[in-house]
Amino acid sequence: MNYIIPLTILGIISYGVLKKINIYDTFLDGSKEGLHTIFNILPSILAMVVGVNIFLKSGVLYFFLSFLEPVLKSYDLSLEILAMGFLRPISGSASLAIMNSIYKIYGVDSFMGFLASVMEGATDTTIYVLALYFGSIKIVKTRYALKVGLFADLCGLIAAFIVSTIFF
Amino acid sequence: MVSLIWLFLIASGIIYSFFTGNMEFINNEILNSSKEAINLVFTMIPVILLWMGIMNIAEVSGLLNKFSNLLYPLLSKLFTSLKKDSKALGYIASNIACNVLGLGSVATPFGLKAMEEMQKENINKDEASDAMITFLVLNTSGVTLIPTTVIALRNSYGSVSPTAIIIPSIIATTVSSICGLTLDYIIRRSKK
Repeated sequence: MNYIIPLTILGIISYGVLKKINIYDTFLDGSKEGLHTIFNILPSILAMVVGVNIFLKSGVLYFFLSFLEPVLKSYDLSLEILAMGFLRPISGSASLAIMNSIYKIYGVDSFMGFLASVMEGATDTTIYVLALYFGSIKIVKTRYALKVGLFADLCGLIAAFIVSTIFF
Repeated sequence: MVSLIWLFLIASGIIYSFFTGNMEFINNEILNSSKEAINLVFTMIPVILLWMGIMNIAEVSGLLNKFSNLLYPLLSKLFTSLKKDSKALGYIASNIACNVLGLGSVATPFGLKAMEEMQKENINKDEASDAMITFLVLNTSGVTLIPTTVIALRNSYGSVSPTAIIIPSIIATTVSSICGLTLDYIIRRSKK
């Protein structure tokens, strides 16, 4: 695994030399464009992090989820698992933090620990990625992107639950 | 739609804090999280600058084009609106390759570059194109082969088999990608 990045860089640079391009200047040009990209993604990251933190730190999520507790009991699931499912598309660090506490409360080799691990690997932070990528090119009308992204997440989480009951 | 989610996150959090008397805590949190956001961007700067430089060499030398031609038969089925010589394809292919290998942070600059190239071909500049949405769905449904962070954490908690979750994770992430791409395809079809 440690070889991939260095060898890729060496390969790309060598190919550039072979094709007789000025590799150093070309690198600088590309990197300069990167500065522009960073400038463009800053506001969307700021907006998302502030929004997500207000939501998380207020504890309102557990207030919402407390209504669903009776349903969870009938499926033998914990409140933490549901919270993790909710947070997975919103914040990578938050869902990782909940996964940690699930390991602590139920044990890493319990069913809850297993399910949380599979859920973490099943999807990505859809809302964050959407805000970042669309923000970088100033797209305002996102059309059906979020709908499809969240649908994929939901399918991934349900699949994680089913697969976990089979494999555990 | 993103606006609505943003409103929901902020409004529900602030209103709930008002009733629980946590206003002062939230007030501090707003300032702290702004700093956190800037720090997050700072940690991304080195990777973005380095890889955008390296990838520019790959692009100018024609290597990126070769790579995307290799994967074109597969990509053309997903991204029907992109032409064969589209520069975006090379970056899309690189982004997917990095995600599959679990190199998430390196995948980000390629993803940003892919969006930039797709934006150049986009007619309506403030509206997402079909190709952009397909790319995002593929990206967010998380095509990771080996979830390295999860395995490392399981290991540190003393799991008897930290890697037992690899195959279930691959199955779940594949289901997620297939479902997302199918819905994306159906919507695209119905709009024509």
